[in-house]
Amino acid sequence: MKKYYNMRLFGEKVSFLIDRRALMVFLILTASVAGVFIISTGTGEMKISPLKVLQVFFGGGSDMERLVIQSFRLPRIIVALMVGIALAVAGGILQGMIRNPLASPDIIGITGGASVAVVGFLALFSDENNALTVSINWMPLAAFAGAAIVAFLVYFLAYKDGVSPIRLVLIGIGIASLMKALTTLMMVFGPIYQASQANIWITGTVYGSNWGNVAILVPWTLILLIVAFILARNVNIQELGDDIATGVGSTVQKYRFLLLMVSTALIGGAVAFAGGIGFVGLMAPHMARRLVGSAFGALLPASALIGGILVMAADLIGRTLFSPLEIPAGVFTASIGAPYFIYLLFRTRNT
Amino acid sequence: MTAGQAIATKDLTLSYGDTIIINELNLEIPKGEITVFIGGNGCGKSTLLRSIARLLKPKSGGVLLEGEAIARLSTKDVARKMAILPQSPAAPEGLTVLQLVKQGRYPYQTWLKQWSTEDELKVRNALKATGMEGLKDRTVDSLSGGQRQRAWIAMTLAQDTDTILLDEPTTYLDMTHQIEILDLLFELNEKEQRTIVMVLHDLNLACRYAHNIVAIKDQKVFAQGKPEHVINCGLVKNVFGMDCEVTIDPLFGTPLCIPYGKGRCILKGQGL
Repeated sequence: MKKYYNMRLFGEKVSFLIDRRALMVFLILTASVAGVFIISTGTGEMKISPLKVLQVFFGGGSDMERLVIQSFRLPRIIVALMVGIALAVAGGILQGMIRNPLASPDIIGITGGASVAVVGFLALFSDENNALTVSINWMPLAAFAGAAIVAFLVYFLAYKDGVSPIRLVLIGIGIASLMKALTTLMMVFGPIYQASQANIWITGTVYGSNWGNVAILVPWTLILLIVAFILARNVNIQELGDDIATGVGSTVQKYRFLLLMVSTALIGGAVAFAGGIGFVGLMAPHMARRLVGSAFGALLPASALIGGILVMAADLIGRTLFSPLEIPAGVFTASIGAPYFIYLLFRTRNT
Repeated sequence: MTAGQAIATKDLTLSYGDTIIINELNLEIPKGEITVFIGGNGCGKSTLLRSIARLLKPKSGGVLLEGEAIARLSTKDVARKMAILPQSPAAPEGLTVLQLVKQGRYPYQTWLKQWSTEDELKVRNALKATGMEGLKDRTVDSLSGGQRQRAWIAMTLAQDTDTILLDEPTTYLDMTHQIEILDLLFELNEKEQRTIVMVLHDLNLACRYAHNIVAIKDQKVFAQGKPEHVINCGLVKNVFGMDCEVTIDPLFGTPLCIPYGKGRCILKGQGL
């Protein structure tokens, strides 16, 4: 069988080279996402069979099942899926753009900026009884603003006749450490109750997600996802280095800025609703690369699906393994992520 | 064979910070020929090539491509006329040869139109010309140095430009592969009359393959012309600061430079 399929439509106005293997992987991953989604929806204090879950999706099931699924489980599972997609795609873009497989949202400080904003928000808007003086619903906005401000800061500090990937990553690492220090400082000086609240957020959890979150996060993530796919070929070309990219006629700096903005917006949305879920942005693109290779047209969609599976699975384990105790999803992504990270370094050690 | 100039520089001054590298250079590069830049380390030959390829902004002056100022053309228009292969480019892990060569079609593509019949044809031709057809599904990082360089050249060929610039395309290659790459470029010039401009370190290979040699020294062109006209002991002494004997290559009749220096001399009674 041929490895590729030429897709040409509308008198060649639309044409793509489709990698058959990538297409297969994509279909399998999509099925896995659906599988994990349904299993996760059916699992918890009250067990519901996958068939019943499907019935509820199509308006059937008992009142109790509908209540549990629609009010409690679905919103958080959908948020977990979106967060996974967003972090994975952003991580993939950053790795390609910075030309470094170790780049990820955590490492260049964007997530750190959101952490500072959240800790700052908790400190600033609490009264002496540790009660928030403003609605907790403002916290996502604070997180998003923190992520965006840091992304701009990193970009402008790295700017010198345009932005080079190495400057971006070095400044990013510097800013990330600074953000970590600021977070710790504020937590030490703040009351203990706040510190533990902030800590849960920093670890990352989709606990307490509601339909309001879903209504914002789903369109936000999906629109950015489409933009990311449109920009995929520019990630491909940037990954070959600035000289090659310029040589084939890409306006490198314009696309670098655009790509950074798209990843920041994706990360911002994710951290706003789920906190600092780590390692997904690092791991998912790597796993995808093993499966479909390095071309971003295939890599980004595959990363997105793997990211979705990772966060949904982490959340599922987190809320069932030690039930009724809830473990933040970020704990599980980190506990898979950290060893994977070491494995990655170990594996590339000899090449 | 020549029909005017492919590239010209006009009062081109290049600098890194305050250090002037090339000073008010007016250079013409003939169309349809192989031009090789030579010069000592740090003389600015690579810098000049990069600036012609618009990878480096001039301090003043400019570059004309087929008579038009490069700075005024859109970067995609330039990319359809001129391709550049920088020195030792690196491909990401896991990228296949086909995926790499396909990137050469970037200036012709839009986000919905990424694999037209023409793209397919040009990529196939590029793979064929470089002998990479059988290796197209291998990953670039799994190839040998020579194969890898051929893959990159295939990418610049897929760009389908009249002019190709290459910055030291034979660096890090053993002698067999150096000849293989240069033969490939020579054939491209012979068969398709593509203008080739490159930087080479090996003076003897430069003399063999170039129609036109540009020797660079002290921020300007020291000499330009056919190797057999310009390469002599005096030039080598001046440009490279090296004493040598220039003789004739017994196989090709082109100038052959043999440096003086230390080493084992086994000729009887002719010790230096």
